Amino acid sequence: MTDFDISRRGLLKGVGGAALVAGIGAPAIVRAQSDVIRIGHLTPRTGFLGPLGEYAVMAADLAVEEINAAGGILGRKLEILKEDSVNPQTASTKAERMVERDKVSAIVGEISSASCLTIAQVAQRTKTLFFNTGGNSDALRSTDCKRYMFHVESQNSMYVKSVGRSFLQDGLVKGKKWYSLTADYAFGHDLLKVAKRFMEGNGGQFAGDDLVPTDATDFSSYLLKIRSAKPDLVVLNLAGAQITNFLKQYSEFGLTFPVGGFGFDTALAWAAGKGNFVGTWPVVWHHLIQTPGTQKFVAAFTKKYGKPPENQAWGDYLAMKVVAQSMAETKSTDSTKILEHLESGAKFDVLKTREGYFRKSDHQLMHEMYAVTALPADKVKNQWDIFTSSGPVPGPNEPLEAIASTPDEAVCTFSA
Amino acid sequence: MQQVLNGLLDGVYYLLIALGLSLIFSLGGIVNLAHGAFYAIGAYITLVISPYVGFGGSLIISPLAVAMIGILFERFLFKRFYRADPILSLLLTFGLAMVAEQGLRMIFGAPPLSYSIPPWLKGQVFLGDFVYSFYRTILLAIAAGCVAGLWFLLQKTSFGRVVRAGVQNPDMVGALGISLQPYMASVAALGIGLAGLAGVLLAPIYSVHPAMGNEIITPAFVVVVIGGLGSFWGVVVAALLVGLVKGVMIGIGYSAASTAAIYLLMLLVLLFRPRGLFGERITRFE
Repeated sequence: MTDFDISRRGLLKGVGGAALVAGIGAPAIVRAQSDVIRIGHLTPRTGFLGPLGEYAVMAADLAVEEINAAGGILGRKLEILKEDSVNPQTASTKAERMVERDKVSAIVGEISSASCLTIAQVAQRTKTLFFNTGGNSDALRSTDCKRYMFHVESQNSMYVKSVGRSFLQDGLVKGKKWYSLTADYAFGHDLLKVAKRFMEGNGGQFAGDDLVPTDATDFSSYLLKIRSAKPDLVVLNLAGAQITNFLKQYSEFGLTFPVGGFGFDTALAWAAGKGNFVGTWPVVWHHLIQTPGTQKFVAAFTKKYGKPPENQAWGDYLAMKVVAQSMAETKSTDSTKILEHLESGAKFDVLKTREGYFRKSDHQLMHEMYAVTALPADKVKNQWDIFTSSGPVPGPNEPLEAIASTPDEAVCTFSA
Repeated sequence: MQQVLNGLLDGVYYLLIALGLSLIFSLGGIVNLAHGAFYAIGAYITLVISPYVGFGGSLIISPLAVAMIGILFERFLFKRFYRADPILSLLLTFGLAMVAEQGLRMIFGAPPLSYSIPPWLKGQVFLGDFVYSFYRTILLAIAAGCVAGLWFLLQKTSFGRVVRAGVQNPDMVGALGISLQPYMASVAALGIGLAGLAGVLLAPIYSVHPAMGNEIITPAFVVVVIGGLGSFWGVVVAALLVGLVKGVMIGIGYSAASTAAIYLLMLLVLLFRPRGLFGERITRFE
């Protein structure tokens, strides 16, 4: 009997123990399956947008590190899956794989407007959120807009209107002649269209308007034309290394007409370098903005990577933070719930003087932009701080929507 | 008129790349797709060493360093492919180009790096109505010097005679008891060194980034094809012609078609002269 007793007691203990373990253990097993929240990060890391993509990846990594150091999202760790988006076709395939196989809760990234569109199509079909951090084209916010796509990057209209204000202030528009060089592909054409609308609306005209093939590296022929046209302003609707090439050769040819452009990235100014970098340019963000949020981000980035962040870094850093904050606020990773939360006008710290929000009509982030102007070579102290900045555009007394496209310029109709 | 002159000068930059390409292909039968990578390496070496030796110093050291790398490549890689199917060397150099580009990206990072014209080469020259960048006139002088030197070497020296004979008929050269191997190494060093030189010369006015080689290699190939294989003057004329066509297209307001125009030019030349403008009849390529 004693034996039986012991064994019965042992049995009871065993069963109780098993039940206890099962009771605690079962949820643990369930949790283990979705222990992490996965976010897909897709951006071009090779090709002419590769340099910007590198900053995007560094910033996204930093954001994830900070989010996880602060305890993750809803008690779960954030995991980031990073891929080179290469081109629109590959971007679409990789987006699909991230959604179907890796079960990502959202996709963040991209710089090329064409790839944005193909990713957005996957996002829309699979009802997964896509945060565009670098595609500028107005078409993505109007004819091609998608309900599951949100834009942290500013649209071309915002770029043109924010730097356009600087040109207006400097008296470079009314009754003046512009000479423009435009990259001969979708981005350039879109920008030229918006620029022409701005110029005609403000009483200026074009002295010349050349399309530049995307593989052009030498601008001497254009510079000779510009020299004889004597414009009041040289306007560039170029992208990537072409801007750097142009600026270096512009300085080489000793031309002194004011220069400006409607699309820009601070990495291009750094690549042109002190003395070669001239003109006034719009940027979505830059590392010299004097707000606590920006200074904290710049300090963390510089500490980790040994150089200050480029404006593309801001986009991907911010998008990761927006995703994390939205999931925390809705206590959910459900795309549709988050979408509704964002559409309801949720506010985010965008590291600037005012909080930003996504406009319901086209999902464009409403936030301040800046116009930067090159410093003369003798005022430059180091290789990074080579420009001065305007105050935030729009100014503190205006609504944030003042620089965005108006309903008669671009209309977006979301299909369900 | 300005556009015509400028176009011709523009062609000279292609010439530095195209001459090397043409030489290596003519003698070794290797289509060197990695040629652009050597151009990029030349530019990056300049960035690294010019703080110590100045632009003038890197103008000499950097092409020499690139030529040394060229010799190593020839010795260990190209050598195995001289008699092989050209597709193999094509794959080899295509791969090398990618490895080199990614290597530069890993060492220097993907963002373009800044580099400027040294102050003593800045400024403009005035020739009547023609105002032109001083730096480009220097560039032109150096390039013209190289072309003249190369011409002298190929046409007037015994080295050149062996190389030219080797292009025409390597077996006969071998039968005469001359080993082409050391000549091939020198030709590779020369051609690749010229690409390195182009890298130094263009670093101050072009954007320096890992993929910069891709930007220059395609027009250089067009020049080689138009000029015709084995022809020194063919490449020279073709380079000037390509620069001219491009410059004039931009000058008369058809800039969007300026790149397309050089391919159209290539098509026309190939239709009427399949061996290129001055291409010689080379038995083993027929």
